[in-house]
Amino acid sequence: MSKDQATSTPFTKGLGFFVLLGMLLLIILGIFVSPADVNQGESVRIMYAHVPGAWLAYLAFIVTAVSSAAYLWKRTRSLTWDRIAGASAEVGVLFMGISLVTGSLWGRLTWGTYWTWDARLTTTAFLFVTYIGYLAVRGLGGTHQQRARRSAVLALLAVLEIPLVHFSVEFWNTLHQKASVAGRGTNVEMNGLMLFTLFLGVVVFTLMYVWLVLHRQRSLMLEDMLDDSGLDNALNERRAEATRVGN
Amino acid sequence: MSTVAHGHNPASIEPVVDLCDAVAVLGSFPALAGVTMTVQRGEIVLLSGPNGAGKTTLLRLCAGLVALERGQGRVLGVDLTSDRELVRHRVGMIGHSNGLYGDLTVTENVRFWGRTVGASESEIDLAVSRMGLDGRLAHLPVSRLSAGQRRRTALAGLVARRAELWLLDEPHAGLDAAGRDELDDVLKMAATAGATVIVASHELERAGKLATRQVEVIAGQVREIAGS
Amino acid sequence: MTSQQRLTGTTVIGTARLIAAKDLRVELRSRVLLNQVLPFALIVMVMFAFALDSDAVLERVAPGLVWLAALFSTLIMVSRSFAVETADGALDQLRSAGVPAMGIFIGKMMALMAQLVVLVTLLIIAAIVLYRAELSWSGSVLLVTTGLTATCGLAAVGTLYGGLAAGAKGRETLLPLLLLPVVAPVLIGATRATESAFGTRGVSTSQGWPWLGLLAVFAVLFSVSGAVALGPLLDD
Repeated sequence: MSKDQATSTPFTKGLGFFVLLGMLLLIILGIFVSPADVNQGESVRIMYAHVPGAWLAYLAFIVTAVSSAAYLWKRTRSLTWDRIAGASAEVGVLFMGISLVTGSLWGRLTWGTYWTWDARLTTTAFLFVTYIGYLAVRGLGGTHQQRARRSAVLALLAVLEIPLVHFSVEFWNTLHQKASVAGRGTNVEMNGLMLFTLFLGVVVFTLMYVWLVLHRQRSLMLEDMLDDSGLDNALNERRAEATRVGN
Repeated sequence: MSTVAHGHNPASIEPVVDLCDAVAVLGSFPALAGVTMTVQRGEIVLLSGPNGAGKTTLLRLCAGLVALERGQGRVLGVDLTSDRELVRHRVGMIGHSNGLYGDLTVTENVRFWGRTVGASESEIDLAVSRMGLDGRLAHLPVSRLSAGQRRRTALAGLVARRAELWLLDEPHAGLDAAGRDELDDVLKMAATAGATVIVASHELERAGKLATRQVEVIAGQVREIAGS
Repeated sequence: MTSQQRLTGTTVIGTARLIAAKDLRVELRSRVLLNQVLPFALIVMVMFAFALDSDAVLERVAPGLVWLAALFSTLIMVSRSFAVETADGALDQLRSAGVPAMGIFIGKMMALMAQLVVLVTLLIIAAIVLYRAELSWSGSVLLVTTGLTATCGLAAVGTLYGGLAAGAKGRETLLPLLLLPVVAPVLIGATRATESAFGTRGVSTSQGWPWLGLLAVFAVLFSVSGAVALGPLLDD
């Protein structure tokens, strides 16, 4: 493949290497080396996947929102922002899914319930569904600019919606005086190694996110370029057709 | 009294439509591959050509609905590259649909469109009668009208809106012979009153009598047909 | 008037009034709200009774059921509101005539809100009749305010997302997917406030007012956003 067509660069190759390395380290530390929790036992290890996953879900959301704003603002308007927003949303949905599933399992193992209506979990679920809607709208078709504009507006509306949902659910929960399950993480007594592993998890997942978004953004760009370069070819073809028909 | 009220180039020789090498795309397909065309005020231009040639896109370009990908274009003095939104309210485009509300009567529909530019009640009545829709017809819901009457209601809306440029996409489609005759009369009358009309149509014979000029659209480009 | 307004010959407010009047007139003629949506909402309320099968439970959850039925009906009404526009290409005509999108938004939102108010009033009456909810005088002030604020928020979000989905392929399924997550705060807030108004489960009226604050914030946020965002969404 020529350099134009591949989506990797020396930077991403290096990044990918570190991500793999970090993942390996994370698995070793998380599953084997770090100690079990005093209260929760082995099930606390899910935390090393769940917490970074949740963090990434929100990071992806913020990136999508900022990129959408960047696209809509005339001075920085560029389809690259649109593609970053889309790539981030796709990767974000993945991490949101991981976060929800691991959170659910963790809850099951520790407290016996797959789900609870605390604000953070519910908001993540809403974020998940909102992003699926966002991706559906991205797939509606039309010109690249139309797609970009529609999804950008939708992403910014989500910035409004998500805090509202979070706040509503939180307020709602205070009525029921539900035990704060957000304290799930804080119930864990973290010793130094656990803290480090958690931190490592966040870092590795973040790097993985960056790697994924860079690649996905580039492959989206290639798809768009394909559409556009098709324009020049198609223009020539059409003009040739006119000459043929006209004669 | 002219039905065209506030033109921005009343008696100047600036053409109503002035396109130079215009390229417009649908998705990634170049519907218009370099169109150069000029239309003067009061003309009735027929756009002929096979399906898929780009007639509809050309109309939509002149209406400010489609972006100019490459080339230059001015409609009613407005630059299509930078300000195409501003030309919209001065142009009326009727395509395959009429833009009507089926549950409302003829008068109510025309009044709605007229009010978007602040037309008075008398202007609205005038528009309705000009299109031969007054009397009993005016108070019927549009869904109960024939295709030809609906078409004329849509055109009455253009009159009420004081549109200076009329862009009609296959306006004769679905009309019977009488309907087509009525339509032609109405269009000629509009042109006399100062509107400029561009009609895309397959009806070569009929439209040939109607139009002052014929332009053929083939594969995204145009060619004048001499002798029209 | 700005030059843009002079060019279009009509202001945003004028457009809004024109379009709201048109929407309401269409409803008056076609009676879709009266003949289809209201019966649908009532049937939903009856279906809830069948599903839940207990007077005590029904009385407890009556507020939630009212607003659930309202939400589902909103989906239909929004869909209808924009179907009227796309049936004969009227929305395209509006845009191609250069009519200001903000005016389109406000007009359609106002018309939708008016219809929603009628709907919610009926639903509350149904709740009182079917589920034996009880309304005190102090509660009714809260209830009326809640109804107005919540329907304002629903109308704003509905018009906005309805415009986004209008004419899009798969819009019948796209609209609920987009709309329902967004209106969750309205469901939560309106239900809790209505609970207070009815005095369900011993909740007093005074506890409902904070929820009204949430509803008001929602309504304001989405009214403003919708007015600004509909234009870019509808543009080519």
